[in-house]
Parts: sequence; structure tokens; C-alpha cells
Amino acid sequence: MTEHGATPNDEIIVFVNGTEKRLPAGGTAHDLLTAVGLAGRPVAVEVNEVVVPRAALGERILEDQDRLEIVTLVGGG
Amino acid sequence: MLVAAEKRHRSSEEQDGERDGRMTDAGMNDAAGKPAGEVALRVGSFTLASRLVVGTGKYASYAEMARCLEASGTDCVTVAVRRERLLNAAGENILDHLDLSRYTLLPNTAGCFSATDAVRVARLGRELLRDLGNAGSEWVKLEVLGDQKTLLPDPVGTLEATEQLVADGFSVLVYTSDDPIVARRLKDLGAASVMPAGSPIGSGQGVLNANNLSICLEYLKDGDPDYPVIVDAGVGTASDVAAAMELGVDGVLLNTAIAHAADPLRMARAMRAACAAGRDAFLAGRIPRKRYAMASSPETDRITPAALSPN
Repeated sequence: MTEHGATPNDEIIVFVNGTEKRLPAGGTAHDLLTAVGLAGRPVAVEVNEVVVPRAALGERILEDQDRLEIVTLVGGG
Repeated sequence: MLVAAEKRHRSSEEQDGERDGRMTDAGMNDAAGKPAGEVALRVGSFTLASRLVVGTGKYASYAEMARCLEASGTDCVTVAVRRERLLNAAGENILDHLDLSRYTLLPNTAGCFSATDAVRVARLGRELLRDLGNAGSEWVKLEVLGDQKTLLPDPVGTLEATEQLVADGFSVLVYTSDDPIVARRLKDLGAASVMPAGSPIGSGQGVLNANNLSICLEYLKDGDPDYPVIVDAGVGTASDVAAAMELGVDGVLLNTAIAHAADPLRMARAMRAACAAGRDAFLAGRIPRKRYAMASSPETDRITPAALSPN
């Protein structure tokens, strides 16, 4: 782990479901889904509290300190 | 408005009386799970064949959940939106066990304690369901909770979130208390269905305040008899469902009463029968309660002397 703010120029830190992740700079939300093994799974993605439609995930370039939520459906009443 | 509902039903029953009677006697329903001669429940743009909406939480297994949903006769099931567990991406998903050609999913905002959070979760649920091609993407079961202990709704947050979600194009089915004034305000804000709790979520206490629920029905259906009112939460056993339906609610949403019954599959069947029985009893129109007896056999031509008068 690098100290905060000391990431290499080609790397960014984002927070996925509250957990820190390091990604290559310039990566998209779809790239992130692929990296965590969820591409093609039934999930919805929110970046900084705004839903990103599935069709737009490949165009949504992530920036340092972005906060993402990746959610799915579970049993509930 | 109750009279209007009864009259409407009676005219259809007359056309279909023989079949209706047989179905009722058997305590069974047609393949779609509704009593013959019954009109379907409409909520917003949705038409539901069953008047039970069943939750998918807290079952011992997905297989048991699937069997119970089938036995309940429901065609609409609630689901929750939660963070994907990143370390368990290859694990089972509830969607692997729900036949989406059979069930319309009703995503909820359970666990939200502010209007802001509930709106976020509703939008995520919509995105998930749109992606699945499920019709349920256009509606939401809105819950804005007041505290963890009671899980009672926060009325102010619930009103705020209803307004925002209606403006955002959702059909909002809104969990609320049995307060008739709040219920009326939610309808005025454009809620597609107001869903008063019978008693706290998961408490199994049934309908604690039938009087309030009746006033909710009176207000919400005034001049609008088909406005759907669904009891959401508190059911403990089948008679609770029947009692709610007998009051004239349009449907009942339940989860724990089936999922945590000692025999969930049997309870799912009981709920289905109770819902149909309660609905039929409402439409049939119950007799008034009286303080004293009224003989069922003729008072005349008895071979024995008349009984003593109490005075």
C-alpha cells in the first residue's frame, strides 16, 4: 500500500463498495467490473451517487477518489 | 365505496355463480390464483393475478424460496438491492432461482433511513431490472424507515421520497403506517399504492388497528374505489391475511410469516387460501355483528313449548 496521494501517475485510487481499489489511470467503469470479475453479472453501478446505465459503463472514465457502488438483487421483503 | 365493490362483484357472480360457488367450496382458485369472477388487481400500469405479494428474504435456501413462491400463487415478489460481495462473485444469485417470465420483481428500498438513500436505492434497482428486461423496473416498494428497533416508517422522509420518485417516473408503492392522514397525503403526492403496515415488520402481530386501516380504506378509495391499498408487513399467520382482506384491502404483502414458519411450504399454501377466502368474504359482504342470537331454524311449528323470555 502506498501512502495516500502517493500513487504513481498512471494509477488511481477508487472506492468500490467502501473498499479501496487501485486501477490504471484512464480505466472505465466497465474495466473495473471486469477487474473484479463482475462483467456480465446482474449488477448496477453508481459512481459518486449517480447511476451509470449499463450501456454507458464502457464510456465512463473513472477518476481518482471516485466512489462506486456495485449492487445486485438479494432476497428481501 | 364498499357497497359499490360488492355490487360490482355480485353482478359478475350472477353470471358465473355455479362456477364461483364450486371454486369457493373447494377453497381453491383457478390457475392464475384468483377466485373466478374476480377482477384482477391493478397497481399503476401493472395487473397482478394474485393478491398476495411475497417477499424473497429469510428462506433457508433458494430452493425452498422457489417452492414457497409457487405454492403461494403469487406473481409478484419483492427483492432488495444490496452491495455485491466482491469476493463471492461466482456465488449463487437469487436471480438464478426466480423465473422472470413468471414473476414481476418489485424492488424495495428496505434498510434506507433517509429519503436521499431511498431514492438512490430505487434508481439502482430500476437499473438492475431494466437490464434484466423485467417489467418491475418501473416501480418500487418505497421504505424510508424511522429507526432500527421498530422499523416503522419515517413519515416525513417517506413523503419526501415519494414526491421525488414520482417526479422521476416511478410507480411508487409506499410502505407507511396505518395513519389515515399520512396515507391520504401519500396518495395526493401520486403514490401508485399506499401500503399501510398491519403491525411492525416481521412482528407477526397481524392487523393491530383495524379501525385505522378501515379509515385509510375509506379515505383512499373515496371516489376512487379501485385505488389499490395493500397491507404491507406484520402478518403472522393465515388468519391475519384473511382478516386484512375482509376489511377490503386489495392485497397483502408478506415475507417472514412464510419464510420463518415451521413448515414454510404449508404456510405458503395457507396464505394463498386465506387471501382468496378473505377476498371472497369481503366481496360477499359479512353480516352485521349483533349482541344477541338470531335462530337459524324456524321459530314456528315447534313441538315443544317456547323458551322462557329473559324478562
